[in-house]
Amino acid sequence: MDTALFEFCLRMGDNTLVLGHRVSEWCGHAPVLEEDIALANTALDLIGQTQFWLGLAGEVEGKGRDADTLAFRRDAWDFRSVLLVEQPNGDFGQTMMRQFLFDAWQSLMLDRLKDSSDVRVKAIAEKASKEVAYHLDRSRDTVVGLGDGTAESHSRMQAALDKLYPYVGELFGADEIDAEIAERGIAPLPADLRGAYDALIADIMAEATLTIPDSRWTHTGGRDGTRHSEHLGHMLTEMQWLQRAYPDARW
Amino acid sequence: MTRATIDEVWAWLAEVPDPEIPAISLVDLGIIRAVDWDGDTLAVTVTPTYSGCPATSLINFEIERALREHGVEKIALKRQISPPWTTDWLSEEGRAKLEAYGIAPPQPAGGPDKCPHCGGTNVERISQFGSTPCKAQWRCKDCLEPFDYFKCI
Ligand SMILES: [Zn+2]
Repeated sequence: MDTALFEFCLRMGDNTLVLGHRVSEWCGHAPVLEEDIALANTALDLIGQTQFWLGLAGEVEGKGRDADTLAFRRDAWDFRSVLLVEQPNGDFGQTMMRQFLFDAWQSLMLDRLKDSSDVRVKAIAEKASKEVAYHLDRSRDTVVGLGDGTAESHSRMQAALDKLYPYVGELFGADEIDAEIAERGIAPLPADLRGAYDALIADIMAEATLTIPDSRWTHTGGRDGTRHSEHLGHMLTEMQWLQRAYPDARW
Repeated sequence: MTRATIDEVWAWLAEVPDPEIPAISLVDLGIIRAVDWDGDTLAVTVTPTYSGCPATSLINFEIERALREHGVEKIALKRQISPPWTTDWLSEEGRAKLEAYGIAPPQPAGGPDKCPHCGGTNVERISQFGSTPCKAQWRCKDCLEPFDYFKCI
């Protein structure tokens, strides 16, 4: 089995799966109808992208597991999502800050994956990058609007940035899987995206009148599955409940 | 039965409405990418509009149903994501049907050029997203009616 490619697909697909589920938790609860619809549509795109990534992971693994099996029959330690995406929604501002911090990374990553040496990875990136460009437009505008908004919205957005920034560094982590994937031309080294990412968020946070924390210290343990936060397990109990209670249920 | 010609199959598919926007057909939408006979199996290649479009499985079901009604017994539906779907593949006829239905067709500028109800050009965006993944919500400041805009991607 091509372990490195399998792990890479899980890292991409688990990020979109976990964030997609988190965002879907807003359905019926957003502050206004338009935002409710926008969040639900974003979640839908992310879950659609998950089907591609986890579908490819299953194909690479070759043990007959499809996207649904990977999504619903793995436990927390087998997930390869970064800690950022499993953080709870908090208020609307925190959800949109998390979305922006992720969208900014995902759009840069997908842009590079359009040149992947693996045609299947390239095809997913071409498809997903159109959707993600749209997500980024919206999360960027919302972060700017709320950051440079009222005193209340500004302080909430600053609190969200302070809370979430210590999870950003994990997106640029590097281990032997990243090295092999980069060596084979499948994806860039995550660290190579950091410069462009920092420039993008510096621009937007300046426009949003928000201050990026000084420290680059980061939580880690999500993308290698060694130390997920407690939040992921709680999320999975809800997300996987039906498939665990009624294995092989179909409708 | 004798095999239908490829043109006949395209004509049948042009009669299948999009489940979410029944004013246009699947062929108008540009998501049917190829139709080929492989022996006695009819292969239809379909590309999704958006990755998570919930209509995808219903679309496959409708294609299969239409082909069976025309007597095709063996059908293979293939999903193709590359090259990714673009609104450039909407047919001219499809664009006209959308507008007549009250949905502003996609424009490269990123927003509708005019209100599909009154033709007024004084329009503003309400939300980047709408009732389906492929639409956004806009409003006309001339006739004061809201309307859907088919996003340009
Ligand atoms: Zn009007």
